[in-house]
Amino acid sequence: MATIKKKIKTIKIDLDKCNGCRACEMICSSFHASPKYSSNNPARSRIRMVHDPLKDVYLPVYAGEYAPAECTGRSKYVIDGKEYSECDFCRASCPSRDAFKEPDSKLPLKCDMCEGEEEPLCVKWCITGALTCEEREEEAEEPVRSVELDTGLEDLVNKYGLQQLQDTLNRISQAKKG
Amino acid sequence: MRYAETGFNLEIDLSRGNIERVETDPKLTELYLGGLGTNAKILWDRVPPETDPFSPDNLLIFSAGLLCGTPAVGANRTIITTYSPQTLLMAYSMMGGFWAPELKYAGYDKVIFRGKSAKLIYVWIHNDKVEIRDASHLRGKGSNETAEIIKKELNDPNVQVAAIGLAGENRVYTASIEQGRSSASRLGVGAVMGDKGIKAIVVRGTKDINLAQPAEFMELCNDVLKYIKDREEKPIPGVMPILAGLGSPQEMKHIDEKWHTENFSWGNSRVRRKEFWTKEVEEKWKDTQLEARTRLISCYNCPMKCGAIISLPGMSTYMMKCFSKLTYTMAAFVDDLDFGFRIAQKATEYGVDGFSTPQIMAFAFELKDAGILTDDDFAGCPSDNEGKFYWLLDRIVRREGIGDILANGTHWAAQQIGKGAEAYAHNNIKKHEQLPLKLGMLNPVYFLMYCTGEKVNITQIEGQFPQAPFPTIEEREEFIKDWVHVPDEKFKQYLMDWEMRGEKSNPYYPTVDMSVDIVDWQEKMHYVDDVLGVCAGLSSFPLKPPYHIHNYPKFISAATGIDMDEDKLTQVYNRNRNLIRAINVRRGLRRVDEKPPEDHWRKRFPELEEELLNAYYKFKGWDNEGIPTKETLQKLDLGYVAEDLEQRGIIRNGHD
Repeated sequence: MATIKKKIKTIKIDLDKCNGCRACEMICSSFHASPKYSSNNPARSRIRMVHDPLKDVYLPVYAGEYAPAECTGRSKYVIDGKEYSECDFCRASCPSRDAFKEPDSKLPLKCDMCEGEEEPLCVKWCITGALTCEEREEEAEEPVRSVELDTGLEDLVNKYGLQQLQDTLNRISQAKKG
Repeated sequence: MRYAETGFNLEIDLSRGNIERVETDPKLTELYLGGLGTNAKILWDRVPPETDPFSPDNLLIFSAGLLCGTPAVGANRTIITTYSPQTLLMAYSMMGGFWAPELKYAGYDKVIFRGKSAKLIYVWIHNDKVEIRDASHLRGKGSNETAEIIKKELNDPNVQVAAIGLAGENRVYTASIEQGRSSASRLGVGAVMGDKGIKAIVVRGTKDINLAQPAEFMELCNDVLKYIKDREEKPIPGVMPILAGLGSPQEMKHIDEKWHTENFSWGNSRVRRKEFWTKEVEEKWKDTQLEARTRLISCYNCPMKCGAIISLPGMSTYMMKCFSKLTYTMAAFVDDLDFGFRIAQKATEYGVDGFSTPQIMAFAFELKDAGILTDDDFAGCPSDNEGKFYWLLDRIVRREGIGDILANGTHWAAQQIGKGAEAYAHNNIKKHEQLPLKLGMLNPVYFLMYCTGEKVNITQIEGQFPQAPFPTIEEREEFIKDWVHVPDEKFKQYLMDWEMRGEKSNPYYPTVDMSVDIVDWQEKMHYVDDVLGVCAGLSSFPLKPPYHIHNYPKFISAATGIDMDEDKLTQVYNRNRNLIRAINVRRGLRRVDEKPPEDHWRKRFPELEEELLNAYYKFKGWDNEGIPTKETLQKLDLGYVAEDLEQRGIIRNGHD
């Protein structure tokens, strides 16, 4: 099977450099507003500061996958004498907390690395250097393209429109996960 | 839709327990912008000048600046307005931190308190849900302690808490409002909060703040961000480290305290210790600071690191900013910086102003040495310098014994004590304790700022123009090369011609007219910051800041949709400057009050000083008493102010 080179973006988080300003939350919500930048609201951000200054806890966390149910048997981490709950590091949009959900609809949010931008906006706005973006190449298997699937889906797009098809796929994928 | 602002204020009547969400008039935003400006308008309109600061009729206004909660870097200031129990004038006090943006996200521009609560309460603002809650379990608790208890109680680590400590509860005139990272310390706003029975105001918001022209606004923000990054890599040569970069004075970052410890006064603002900063002290203080400082931290949406988390064995962790590490240390004549970090922890929990409070204590011990206060007044007080200060701080915040009198600040305490104590309250302007700074030669620009500033407090007035001339022409040329911030090219010439010695040096240069120009520019930038809620540390305070008179109007237009330019912004500044002056004039402020401490400079020039004040008043369109004239007020759409002052006989017909 053929392999291809894939570019993978990684955000490196240096907790020691974080000054806790939450510019990352602000700009994330601003970028993802519709129209772009028309409003901002850190509660809609796909990056959240876990923040407890008096305990020196400064931890930016990115939104990852949606989790339909919360974990059982959670653990705690102690690092350099500072206590973190497992949830502090968790990227999931999950029923146990408000983070990574639209405040009104409660729909899950997920970091998309600011697709189309030179670098994620949180990284651009973090001039203290706590967030930096690294890009590396990885070899990956080239996915086999199915002509049958292409043709079938194209028919469905023509019949129902792209939006409806996407919505349906989303619904099915949520239902499968649930 | 309203842009940048939410368009709603929260009106809370504590006597009746009534809460209302009130839509504001967008015309007022156009005239006064927001923050300080609209606060002043509300105070003028709604609180009669006879009102005692501790009357239920006095208002306590917490306002976010106009740009708070927008992506504008460093727009996070809360402007607190009320009548000050100390100066009896308008209290003009502010804090950074995270509170103001959170208030905007909750859907409000201001919280306006009137009346008084019969019992201690806290206010919980969570978007549309606003509650007045019992706070009897928080009585006597420290400011950070209070915030931590409330976070647990509400089960939300993301709430922002502005709280008072014991000092505010006991109406100490130097009581602050603390917000963890930041505080509104000056002029007794914490005492008014305590008088109203408010222990804390807790905010959590998850709503949107909108921009009128998003693309234009973001471009301006990106420019500012880039400028900050570049500017941080290029400190200004030839000025002391704390003035070379951006931000408020970088006291948490820098170790070198030669300038402050040797040029500022120790004790009750009298003793200079010119040989203090030895190699040995430097080493010791460096170790202490690095040990105490866990992390450098910022306020909301700001890349600077002006504050620090301070953590030492045997005491609770707290956050410190700016200069308070030195104020207690120097006032108490303690040579060990460890004391500074430790007593500031207590002072933060008690919630007191870190400038005034140490001076009050030094003043008290001077009175004791002079025999004006007696051993009886200090019964039980330890004899060592550190112990003395801890002991007296405890008395003051509890208003126990002599602490009850001292809690009113040096001016009022001296009046009460009598027996010549007034001469020891020597470092005040308008009844308020000033920086413990005593200098040689009169500086005409600083003279004017000290005399006329409505903030009554120099660090919040100065900036933009260098504090001292550069020695060589080359250095001056280098400095003005990228000095795009000047409102007019003439300022570059003022700096080019300013010499260390000779004819073109202080006190006669900058000349009277130049001094007035420079002061007007500096004031303007502070007034604009305070309506927008942008930190002075990125604008009016440091040299060559990212925000200035040329880009500010664009920020305002793009954020709000108001058509703003430099002339119109200057007009707003003049309107607010005159309105606040009128508020204070209506409270009795006159020329006689506008003078620096007598010993602030060793060399004084009475004639020149008169001339400076005359020229400044004339420039402002004020009469010889510092009262705005009818014409001045009318030109600024402040006809209603002129009418009121006329009715009260403060402005007399045909009299300038």
